[in-house]
Amino acid sequence: MLRPAGGSPPYSEKRPGHQTRHPAPDGPRPPRPAVERRAAGGKGGGRRWDPGAWFLVLPALLPILVLSVGPLLYGIALAFTDAQSGRTDPTEWIGLLNFRDLRQDTLFWESFRIGLVWAAGVTVPQFLLSLGLALLLNQNLRFRWLARTLAIVPWAMPEVVVGIMWRLVYHPDAGILNETLGTHRDWLGSLGSALPAVIVVGVWAGMPQTTVALLAGLQNVPRELHEAAAMDGAGAWRRFRTVTWPALRPVAVAMGALAFIWNLNSFALVYVLTNGGPGGRTRLPMLFAYEEAFRYGQFGYAAAMGCVLVAVVSVLLAVFLVGRLKGDRT
Amino acid sequence: MTHPIRSRPRSRAVRRRAGRAGQYLALLGYLVFLAFPLLWLVSTAFKPPRELASSHPQWIPDQPTWDNFRQALDEQPLLRAAGNSLLAAGSAALIAVLLAVPMAYALARRRSWLSRAATGWVVVSQAFPLVLLIIPLFLLLKHLRLIDAMPGLVMVYVVWSLPFALWLLTGYVRALPPELEEAAAVDGAGRLRTLVSVTVPLLAPGIAATALFAFITAWNEFFFALVLLKSPEKQTMPVVLTHFLGAEGVADLGPLAAASLLATLPSLLLFALLQRRISGGMLAGAVKH
Repeated sequence: MLRPAGGSPPYSEKRPGHQTRHPAPDGPRPPRPAVERRAAGGKGGGRRWDPGAWFLVLPALLPILVLSVGPLLYGIALAFTDAQSGRTDPTEWIGLLNFRDLRQDTLFWESFRIGLVWAAGVTVPQFLLSLGLALLLNQNLRFRWLARTLAIVPWAMPEVVVGIMWRLVYHPDAGILNETLGTHRDWLGSLGSALPAVIVVGVWAGMPQTTVALLAGLQNVPRELHEAAAMDGAGAWRRFRTVTWPALRPVAVAMGALAFIWNLNSFALVYVLTNGGPGGRTRLPMLFAYEEAFRYGQFGYAAAMGCVLVAVVSVLLAVFLVGRLKGDRT
Repeated sequence: MTHPIRSRPRSRAVRRRAGRAGQYLALLGYLVFLAFPLLWLVSTAFKPPRELASSHPQWIPDQPTWDNFRQALDEQPLLRAAGNSLLAAGSAALIAVLLAVPMAYALARRRSWLSRAATGWVVVSQAFPLVLLIIPLFLLLKHLRLIDAMPGLVMVYVVWSLPFALWLLTGYVRALPPELEEAAAVDGAGRLRTLVSVTVPLLAPGIAATALFAFITAWNEFFFALVLLKSPEKQTMPVVLTHFLGAEGVADLGPLAAASLLATLPSLLLFALLQRRISGGMLAGAVKH
């Protein structure tokens, strides 16, 4: 994968001494001053955006534009049409009709509510558990390697397998859960327990990502500061609040927001576990929209559902982005 | 224990020992929670049908058997599915890394409206409801006659893993000291040469982690494969696995568990192989000096 050091540098000759370059003639960028974090970076034009940089960017940018930005915009546009699968008449603009229908679609709003309960119910415990685990793994404990390995395993597993595995655990007859608890419950099949049972699986499955991110964030915590605080007699909780948390917060906030959004959009786990049942109690918005689009062929209507989700997620994102950009500047 | 005059260091030592015990207890709790479903999966995979039908299932099978694995391989075209998954995930990871490294480098080292837009896009793309993406992609790929075709799926996987790959790699590049690149520039190396011969080698752990991420994401991916691949002989592992579930619930637990284990092995092995390199201290070493 690594190319040998002598790899062809097509335009290394073109720019023999780029320290001498100055911003003014430097390509088509508007002369927005390059915000530089490192104060010592004023050494030259090395950090300026110039035409050469486009060669680095375009290979990834084009596919993103064509297969991701474009489709997203197209998808939003579809929400205002009566697009259906396998239809011969041309698709027509129908304005807000889909949204008007959607407003009265109680099934969808029920599904939306379930989606929010699921996303919050998974994200919050998952975050707390992962934080605890990350803090433990950051200690010098025996068997840490075992916990570290086990904590990553769910990440490496296909979601479908995670779903199948937990179906075996929850199985009314052959499952270990009923055997251990001495119950005879159909965990995934009864109205009351299906959503909590599915949420437990969601927590289990998503822990690695959060734990690894938080563990990486913990590496930013200045050790000396920690030791100094301990010398001064600060207890564990106080040290966590005053030393660890401030250093960890950017990672924690980013990870929490992302996890919530991922969970809101999750599909495979619940598709395998319950397929939305029993009686729609675990029918997440994604399952709902999937059925609408690919079972009933209502592309336009399903896209409108997607738009509602986007609206919710954008509010969250706005909060997250503002925080991140602020963090970038300082 | 509570003498009126107690020596402070002693009480602190006691407290610390209690804290340690608490930590180990918590660790044990985590180990149980994380491990028991996995162990149950393994246990089920090795159980003969008679034990699976028993109303008091046991952790350790009385007569462990490989039959479930044999049956899983017979019943469903599992190996072909594995081949499809390998092809899709391997090409997606390779292409995604090749595309992402230069862009991540540019984004990390140069600040402009584009890097800000890209950061925003990385985040926004994580937030897509996939429905909103899959319907247009479905129509687009249908137009290109790439529905039910591997290249179409690979394209989708590449684009889908790019944002996170960029995010990861940008972070890794930022963690590298720019002084090394500046030194190379002073020595007269151009940008691409600096990238290839200075940044990329230092970035190797990050690149490995990113490729690994992309591979495992694609290997495990279910939703796109479910929608985009129709014919059974083209389907990937996760989709084929759901066929084991049958129409009305789990039919054959043993083979189901066995097939699930087989589907997990490749990404687990990769993870195990690369785990040390991901957390490796190469970065720390490079930054300190």
